[in-house]
Amino acid sequence: MTEPRLDRTALLTGWSRTAPTAARVVEVHDAADVDANLAGAGRRGLIVRGLGRSYGDAAQNAGGVVLDATTLAGFHEIDVERGVIRVDGGVSLEAIMRTMVPLGWFVHVTPGTRQVTVGGAIAADVHGKSHHVDGSFANHVESFVLHTPKGTQTVTADSDPELFWGTAGALGLTGVIAEATIRLLPIETSMIRAENLRCPDLDSVMALMAEGDDDHRFSAAWIDCLATGASLGRSVLSRGDHATRADLPKKLRRDPLRFAPKALVPAPPWAPNGLLNRLSVAAFNEFWYRVTPSLHGHVESISSFFHPLDGVKDWNRLYGSYGFLQYQYVVPDDAHDAVRRSIEMLSEARAASFLAVLKRFGPGNPGPLSFPQPGWTLALDIPATVPGLAELLDRLDQLVADVGGRVYLAKDSRLRPELVPVMYPELDRFAELRARVDPTRVLQSDLQRRLCLP
Amino acid sequence: MKDALGSVQSVLVLGGGSDIAAATVRELVRRRARTVVLAARDPQSLQVTADELRAAGATTVETLAFDARDTASHDAFVADVFDRAGDVDLALFAFGVLGDQEEAEHDGRAAVDIAEVNYVGSVSMAVPIAQRMRTQGHGTIVAMSSVAGERARRSNFVYGSSKAGMDAFFQGLGDSLVGTGVRVMIVRPGFVHTKMTHGMDAAPLSTTPEAVADAIVRGLARNRETVWVPSQLRYVMSVLRHVPRPVFRKLPI
Repeated sequence: MTEPRLDRTALLTGWSRTAPTAARVVEVHDAADVDANLAGAGRRGLIVRGLGRSYGDAAQNAGGVVLDATTLAGFHEIDVERGVIRVDGGVSLEAIMRTMVPLGWFVHVTPGTRQVTVGGAIAADVHGKSHHVDGSFANHVESFVLHTPKGTQTVTADSDPELFWGTAGALGLTGVIAEATIRLLPIETSMIRAENLRCPDLDSVMALMAEGDDDHRFSAAWIDCLATGASLGRSVLSRGDHATRADLPKKLRRDPLRFAPKALVPAPPWAPNGLLNRLSVAAFNEFWYRVTPSLHGHVESISSFFHPLDGVKDWNRLYGSYGFLQYQYVVPDDAHDAVRRSIEMLSEARAASFLAVLKRFGPGNPGPLSFPQPGWTLALDIPATVPGLAELLDRLDQLVADVGGRVYLAKDSRLRPELVPVMYPELDRFAELRARVDPTRVLQSDLQRRLCLP
Repeated sequence: MKDALGSVQSVLVLGGGSDIAAATVRELVRRRARTVVLAARDPQSLQVTADELRAAGATTVETLAFDARDTASHDAFVADVFDRAGDVDLALFAFGVLGDQEEAEHDGRAAVDIAEVNYVGSVSMAVPIAQRMRTQGHGTIVAMSSVAGERARRSNFVYGSSKAGMDAFFQGLGDSLVGTGVRVMIVRPGFVHTKMTHGMDAAPLSTTPEAVADAIVRGLARNRETVWVPSQLRYVMSVLRHVPRPVFRKLPI
């Protein structure tokens, strides 16, 4: 057995840049590295980390080992006929798009950034604007190779459903995904036929989504959380579908599968604290709502439609040194009132949210820790310095739990641990799975300790 | 673990019987803290606070005997607490004695006692605690210093010098811990109305244990290195620090 290499001690945070902790970060280059590290992890255990886009502490392990999987990033098989690829767990969605879009294939599910690894996408069971049609990321995974402390196995939804679905959303706590085989979606062009609809209030946007989502593959609304009174919940609903060749203007038809996202513009290495405050965000929201034309049938590139923030490298630094919090909940379809109440609470607290996105989820999958379930999901980011934020979010948690909803653990950084079994009622199934694949609890993370996950 | 807003889940309080410690740990339990270890010379005196914390939602509250003067026992004490509690997210250094300035000026033993508890005791506990926190990769040490340590005054320089030494030690410790996930926050309250100061004349800008607790919690959320309570004292002291000594010693403070 090779000795695990102790590459460096580093202070790690999630994308929100809050709650740093120190860990030994070890680069892995092959499957043997993964096994050696699992075997030699020590008392504080091990967690795997990809591109660090989890907002909270899911990919941190204070005092333990953090495996850096981004060096495990090879393509093994590309089946251009069936649209199936077998890649290493550290391959990013960006790399997949750059390779596969020109060949006429796109991922079924992309979150708001391409800068996530395949392993991370499964571990968080990420979702995107197409959830009501496509479900979440794990729904399109044929198999993955999982290294657990009890051994390595190739897992499919048929061969070992408990382990397959238990890994979706488990944030690395069932093992290290060294390789995955995923199914892609055929596309005729690399463009999205999109439309933006201005909605004056919450009821109108929710009604529009409930009626019209089925006609579109992509649908999500940006909500102005600072609007009050009759304008509460005013929003811009953005919908779209993959464009066909015929949808493209002539100029673009010559190279319909071109995928060339613009080079990154870096955010300044420092930003003044308080740059994103209530006034600047209110001004932005007003501007965004007013200038967004009610466009019908224009075409947009994949990066502009799905990943607008990917154009700014390290945009998380714009929040200054205190960082920010991302918060996302889902409540059942009939819990309209909870959505309204939550937006009222945010609006009353004058908690400036630069990005608040409302979306309707379709059916969830059997993963006990997978976040999506049918209903309304609202995602927000809020500067960590908003006064009374801890109490506000605690009240939101309670509101969400009371109507049978849940918050997204991959984004969480402050949930009360008592609420985890309430929000994820199948936690016992997850505990059984952990006992099976990791009886001595080699797999540990800050999030797992903080939320007292089994 | 700590969370993104500075709340912690397990707390060790040294000097758990002090009013400031009790107010602070109440505030921490009101947020997220569930495991609390209260330590003081007389653990019996901690029962009321312990019961209160249990009622407020803490699931594990232990009371332990701890003597700041008995430095030989400190390493074992720290090992025992960390082994029992698992991770300690926050250690609050709230023990200390005010002593009697009059007596300390004339009786070496009395002066040494103040120095031993406030300075030597802090150093002796902080080193093994910092070591354990380094190993766990995270942790926060909150050190109750005092404005008296900012510049020792004629009227209580024995106490003041012990706090000055302690304060300087924790500043250096904090610097040495950068990059380890462990941090040190120094709290410098002015005159606080507590058991310790009962019967004394309150100085200007006096404050309460609850206000100190509140400032500590806010300081944790904002990753502060130094917290003054009330915050104006920072500016008052930055002036007083530069007052020439012949003038300073005559000031009625």
